[in-house]
Amino acid sequence: MAKIDGMTHSSLIGRAAVTPRSVSPRVRRRSTAAVAVRATAVVETQVDEGTAEALATAALQQLGQTDSVQPKPASRRRTQQRYGRLGIYGFLLLSALFFAIPLYVMIITSMKGMPEIRLGQLFSLPGDPTFAAWIKAWSQACTGVTCEGIQAGFFNSIKITLPSVALSILIGSINGYALSFWRFRGANLLFGILVFGAFVPYQVVIYPMIIGFREVGLYGTLTSIILVHTMFGMPIMTLLFRNYFASLPSELFKAARIDGAGFWQIFLQIMLPLAVPIIIVAVILQTTNIWNDYLLGLIFAGSDNLPMTVQLNNIVTTTYGVREYNVNMAATMLTAAVPLAVYLLSGKYFVRGIASGAVKG
Amino acid sequence: MKYTIPLAAALSAALWQLPAQAADLEVIHWWTSGGEQAAVSVLAREFDQLGADKWKDSAIAQGENARAVAYQRIFGGTPPGAAQFNTSRQFEELINAGLLQDLSSVADKEQWASFIRPPAIFGPCQKDGKVYCVPVNLHSEQWIWVNRKVYQQAGVTEPTTWQDFLESAPKIKAAGFIPLAQGGQPWQEFLLFRDMLLGMAGKDVWYQVWRDKNADVAGGSAVRKVFETMGELRQYTDQGMAGRNWNDTTNLVITGKAAAQVMGDWARGEFVLAGKQPGEDYDCIPGPSPEPYLTTNGDVFIFPKQKDPAVTQAQFKLASMLVDARVQTLFNNAKGSLPIRDDVDMSLADACIKKGLALLKRPDAIVQGYALFITPDTRGQIEDLLTEYWSTPDMTVDAAQQRFVEIIGDAD
Amino acid sequence: MSSSASQSGRAGAARKRWQWRPLLATTPMALTAIGIFVVCVVYSVVLAFTRTKRFPTFDFVGFDQFGRLWHTSRWLASVENLLIFGVLFIAICLLVGFLLAVLMDQKVRMESAFRTVFLYPYAMSFVVTGLVWQWMLEPSLGIQNEVRSWGWSSFSFAPLTDPDFAIYGVIIAAAWQSSGLIMALMLAGLRGIDSDIWKAARVDGIPTWQTYLFIVLPMMRPVVVTSVVLLGASVVKVYDLIVAQTGGGPGISTEVPAKFVIDYITERGNAGQGMAAATMMLLPILLLVGPWVYNEYVRRGARP
Repeated sequence: MAKIDGMTHSSLIGRAAVTPRSVSPRVRRRSTAAVAVRATAVVETQVDEGTAEALATAALQQLGQTDSVQPKPASRRRTQQRYGRLGIYGFLLLSALFFAIPLYVMIITSMKGMPEIRLGQLFSLPGDPTFAAWIKAWSQACTGVTCEGIQAGFFNSIKITLPSVALSILIGSINGYALSFWRFRGANLLFGILVFGAFVPYQVVIYPMIIGFREVGLYGTLTSIILVHTMFGMPIMTLLFRNYFASLPSELFKAARIDGAGFWQIFLQIMLPLAVPIIIVAVILQTTNIWNDYLLGLIFAGSDNLPMTVQLNNIVTTTYGVREYNVNMAATMLTAAVPLAVYLLSGKYFVRGIASGAVKG
Repeated sequence: MKYTIPLAAALSAALWQLPAQAADLEVIHWWTSGGEQAAVSVLAREFDQLGADKWKDSAIAQGENARAVAYQRIFGGTPPGAAQFNTSRQFEELINAGLLQDLSSVADKEQWASFIRPPAIFGPCQKDGKVYCVPVNLHSEQWIWVNRKVYQQAGVTEPTTWQDFLESAPKIKAAGFIPLAQGGQPWQEFLLFRDMLLGMAGKDVWYQVWRDKNADVAGGSAVRKVFETMGELRQYTDQGMAGRNWNDTTNLVITGKAAAQVMGDWARGEFVLAGKQPGEDYDCIPGPSPEPYLTTNGDVFIFPKQKDPAVTQAQFKLASMLVDARVQTLFNNAKGSLPIRDDVDMSLADACIKKGLALLKRPDAIVQGYALFITPDTRGQIEDLLTEYWSTPDMTVDAAQQRFVEIIGDAD
Repeated sequence: MSSSASQSGRAGAARKRWQWRPLLATTPMALTAIGIFVVCVVYSVVLAFTRTKRFPTFDFVGFDQFGRLWHTSRWLASVENLLIFGVLFIAICLLVGFLLAVLMDQKVRMESAFRTVFLYPYAMSFVVTGLVWQWMLEPSLGIQNEVRSWGWSSFSFAPLTDPDFAIYGVIIAAAWQSSGLIMALMLAGLRGIDSDIWKAARVDGIPTWQTYLFIVLPMMRPVVVTSVVLLGASVVKVYDLIVAQTGGGPGISTEVPAKFVIDYITERGNAGQGMAAATMMLLPILLLVGPWVYNEYVRRGARP
């Protein structure tokens, strides 16, 4: 079965690099650099035990090559005939069109007036482009009787996302570090339960969790939604960091131990600085996941902290007056803006993050 | 460290001695359409004028969503100051669990029982001599709203019975109109079913099904006829039905795309907002049924128990205000619902409200709402059944009715 | 084996002395693992055997809740929808993802632009995805109307209004959202294939498409497994998409188990029934994922 990140180029590199008795600083530096997102790999492939050997050869060979795109064998270039190329581009362009159309429709619809929308020309450009719907969606649209737009949801989502991301990464990195270097009684069992937890549908645990939060007097508060995100994010964060730390050469840890460094000292001074690339991945992954959450926010955030996704759905399903599709689409765009920006700015870190989230739903 | 405890004690003592603080009273409700918003604003304004306490509005679109939030908040220990429910069994578990504020001190002093009418709408609020909710209005569901011009253009008369409707529908369809505008949400399909059940099978069957949960009657020929007719109605609706809100559906009647909609009396607000005149542009017809009935549905507010005594005081204040004759006048005139007391000036009411008021004066026309008898669980099962039946023309009448019988038989 | 396994033998003594530190540091993990994924799960399963309505009661009724559940048409429809959705969604994503990855692997120009376009939907939440596709598939203002205005007046494409096809409308939206992810995973897999394979295939005169299908694809089994696991996990949890796009309708044609549970534990106030449904959702996961997790992480846990 699939592994979660980790058993990839990076860990193979790590393994290859530490095989010699003494590890030169150069090799070590190289291995950590390689663990960082590599220019070649769009995504780290996931290798399972059975076929690991086959791909290990490939990965090791790749090590010897440059970090640029792997050259294609000449044979393939020859078969690439003119019509074939046209077909490839044609198909790719059509597919790109299919993927791009919803975004295009969202944007142009949000810039039209309602009379123009009622003409029913879905794809036509707005005759008189206006941002009125965006302004309305941001600050005037009604969720029920309060007509303050989606901006409250935006700030709520920020209030929820920032601490949740920070806390879940902090805890995840400590867990990953402890599990990788400090094997203690019960660690495997706890970790196994946690990995299993990544697959448990939220619906199975929500009801008892509401009761639990009620008992400690936290239900419906900002604290509760942050804790909920931290707990549900813990399986994937722990996995991510555990696999990352496990791929680091163990000499690092041993040397520090011989120097007399303790648990926290090694974590803060050696491991955390080395973990910067994976922290970036974790930040992107968690920011996107938490921002896009709907169910947990709806149930745990409380009416004062409803996240943007919930506000969006409220605006769209509200029965107040006539449905304004332009405002709905503008609100939808505004809600999608943050993860979209994260995606566009982070590029391959984003892909690496979601690939790491193989067990995260 | 050692100062902490005395300091905390001193602080809390100081706080204790402060006069009762003004409170924000959060009110959860689902009055979000145009006409409803005007009405709830009346309540908010009146409450704010009473003194320092403030109405904090928590409107959530769709009744089931609003109630879900209210339940969760009460269940999760962060209850709102007040929450809207229907006049029904929806909150009986909250009463049994001791989570609702007992309002009997106010209710007894003001003698609510002496003026709230009909008594059926006060019933669900009372348990063991105590009062746990405040009825604010009466909504009857037993109406069909028709666009007069569409009927004139199609050359048919407006229906007074379901038989009439079925006879005129093909002609309306032929004239290019949607004969029946129907929203695409389960509660609207259930509403249509109830309208037909009372309109076609009558009051006795109604009580036998809902109150007595008589499986034989539920499986009988009268109910069968309702399922059959409902099946026939499918062909008279339009394609855009899926998921449609009730007010978007009303809009089809207002704009003359559709001939009629079966909807509760709250639909009137949409016609009023659109500047339409009853008897001229549109008509409200009780039923359609041979005998006009008024079902006693409506809205109540419950007041969950609070930790903060200032909020509890504010709750009592709001409870008292809601039944006040003047507030009842303002609120019900704005909402188009019927007041819960008789001494209310409804002279400004339009023809449709007056029809309802007239029915309210006839005890034989008053029928207790279904929700007084069945739990939300049972209602949910029936909604699932009806929405499946309505959207699945292949489903036989027998299969649908068989399931209805099972649900009614198992209901508590 | 891997690095941490090799160091475990030597540093053993020192570790024992400091064992309380990692234990303390992982308290949040222990609390979450035990508190949420054991205690809460067990609690939910126990409630499935009780008469619990809105508030938990321990008035046991045996398998009554399960009896009612499997006799409920909406639950049966939910399970059926989940199967249709799951199979088609995963199949489409794999197919589209692999096809796009292969084409992208032909040294196309502007590869990164294509990749950006194929993958951006994955950044969108399911709520956003649902709303956009609800709008696109709206019969009188969406794609159907647009195509009709081009002159093809009998064109009909409004799956969300037809109970027999609504679930396919949901699948289109979901596949739009997730196919790009599979493309990215597959492309990475292709780039990881040994170039010698291609040389050998050329020497043997095997056409490119056959090489992809019969040689490369089997080698990519791990990537495919990862993709299926990833897509599968999101299938079981599908909720937001349904709520935003169809609300479960028309009728009960797009209901899913996750929504069934939420409806029953909230507005309908029959948590016993909701927990019975939740237990049924948990069961296949317990059977499929449980043994794997145990084998991979608990029994052989020394090897990350």
